[in-house]
Amino acid sequence: MSRLQKLVIGRVSLGILTLFVVSALMFVGIELLPGDLAQQILGQSATESTLAAFRAELGLDQPAHLRYLDWLGGVLRGDFGTSLASGREVSELLGPRLANTMFLATYAAVIAAPLAVILGLLAALWRNTLFDRGVNLTALSAISMPEFFVGYVLILFLSIKAGVFPTLARIDSATGLWDALYRSFLPALTLILVVVAHMMRMTRAAIINVLASPYIEMARLKGVPRWRIIVQHALPNALAPIINVVALNLAYLVVGVVVVEVVFSYPGLGQLLVDAVSSRDFPVVQAVGLFFAAVYITLNVLADIISIMSNPRLRHGR
Amino acid sequence: MKSLLKSAPPSAIFGMVVLAIVAFTGIFAPFVAPYGETQVVGDAYLPWSAAHPLGTDNLGRDMLSRMIFGARNTVGLALLTTAISFSVGSTLGMLAALKGGWLDEVLSRLVDVLMAVPPLILALMLLAIVGPSIPNMVGVIAVIYVAPVYRLSRAAAMNVVGLDFVEAAKLRGERTPWLLRREILPNIWSTLIAEFGVRFCFVFLFIAALSFLGIGIQPPTADWGSMVKENATLISFGDITPLIPAAAIALLTVAINLIVDWMLHRASGLKS
Repeated sequence: MSRLQKLVIGRVSLGILTLFVVSALMFVGIELLPGDLAQQILGQSATESTLAAFRAELGLDQPAHLRYLDWLGGVLRGDFGTSLASGREVSELLGPRLANTMFLATYAAVIAAPLAVILGLLAALWRNTLFDRGVNLTALSAISMPEFFVGYVLILFLSIKAGVFPTLARIDSATGLWDALYRSFLPALTLILVVVAHMMRMTRAAIINVLASPYIEMARLKGVPRWRIIVQHALPNALAPIINVVALNLAYLVVGVVVVEVVFSYPGLGQLLVDAVSSRDFPVVQAVGLFFAAVYITLNVLADIISIMSNPRLRHGR
Repeated sequence: MKSLLKSAPPSAIFGMVVLAIVAFTGIFAPFVAPYGETQVVGDAYLPWSAAHPLGTDNLGRDMLSRMIFGARNTVGLALLTTAISFSVGSTLGMLAALKGGWLDEVLSRLVDVLMAVPPLILALMLLAIVGPSIPNMVGVIAVIYVAPVYRLSRAAAMNVVGLDFVEAAKLRGERTPWLLRREILPNIWSTLIAEFGVRFCFVFLFIAALSFLGIGIQPPTADWGSMVKENATLISFGDITPLIPAAAIALLTVAINLIVDWMLHRASGLKS
């Protein structure tokens, strides 16, 4: 087995292991909690019979490892249990919201990734000009702002004052594609503003890093125009770190969805998760948390693998 | 000290001024604020006036007073949380670097797993188990941010533990607490201080976000994150009042970032 294969298999198995730890986290946590979970949720005034019924519903009358294995078996069959708050199947609750969240995240990602790379290229091309400074300063302040601040500012200006976009991004299965794109534009824009800054700065740094190499100086001495040096000579060699940063930021974007969905009342998984945490609806928290963790871990592992593959020293190790 | 301040660029001075104002209002909140933190002073959503410079909130409490108490609560809790994760994280990190062996292995793998999960999701899952309350939130966030601090201080301490003076101290028969506090800590102190600023920003934004989502600082405690949430309806009438606490959060984060940037710049020996 080659070194590369070993590294990749190592990354993937670490990712899978982490997912198992996350999935077991809630079971272990509930076990470690002082006192009885049913008592804690229902309060001191609950009668003995309601407590017993609740324990049976949660499966608390069984030992933790059995409950975990039972739950894990269900997950493999696509059964995530039933919601404590609504009594509905968790998988049934998740389905449409999962689609909505993926729609919003993809929407933002499709615009943010190319935009960030182009802005980074331009900032590197016009290094130390007013444009570069302006973009950098905007990026730095965008990183420091909480998502909900960006979201509400956009609502105030683009929807209340200008009246161009709706305040709330309500979509359902009957909404057509163009309509859905229009209604979820503001949440998507919020996510874009939050992730573009970081991606752009890293793209700029990666390209400027390559620009210091001797072969770039050679090209410059030959009289190649500046934009061609960047696009043809620097970009291919900076591509690996850029793709890595894009993957990491997409991971961040998927998690950032949680706050943005709440701001815009977007019917996605993030809102479901927040509601479930407030009402302590464990099966739902478990399922949604696991989904977000899985996407995040997958994208991170992907970023790792790409950076391993793009590095010849790791690819052909001694 | 004077020459240090003189050498600071305008951006860092701006950061320090903002930080000083927030610290002052936070510490002297009861004397600065015109009304009490949870005192109902009039109707809900009163417009800006001389008596209530920022109007009143959804329950008729004075917005300005709540902003001032919010500075104390939000920033204070963020400081407390960061301090806890730093003392635990750096102690464990230095200990792992000093002792090595199974302790290092176990702690490092644990931290790997902790850092592979998105912090917000981890916090939400943990808060679902323990239930949302201020001590629980502080505990959960502190645990999550122990991981990056551990990693940094372990890496920094690794460079120090091999040096001769640590060896000499060991041969002298010094005990582990002495080695950590007197031999290793002074040498990684500057790295930790800069990291403290960065982590504080993360923790501060994190607490604000959780409170905004309604699972962080609980009412009636004033806090910048939940104040945005409570008064969000005003935005649909074109009123910017709910944006003020959010802007305060952004401003303070920018200010700290500017100071940290300057400190890192100085520490790296670059003079421009």
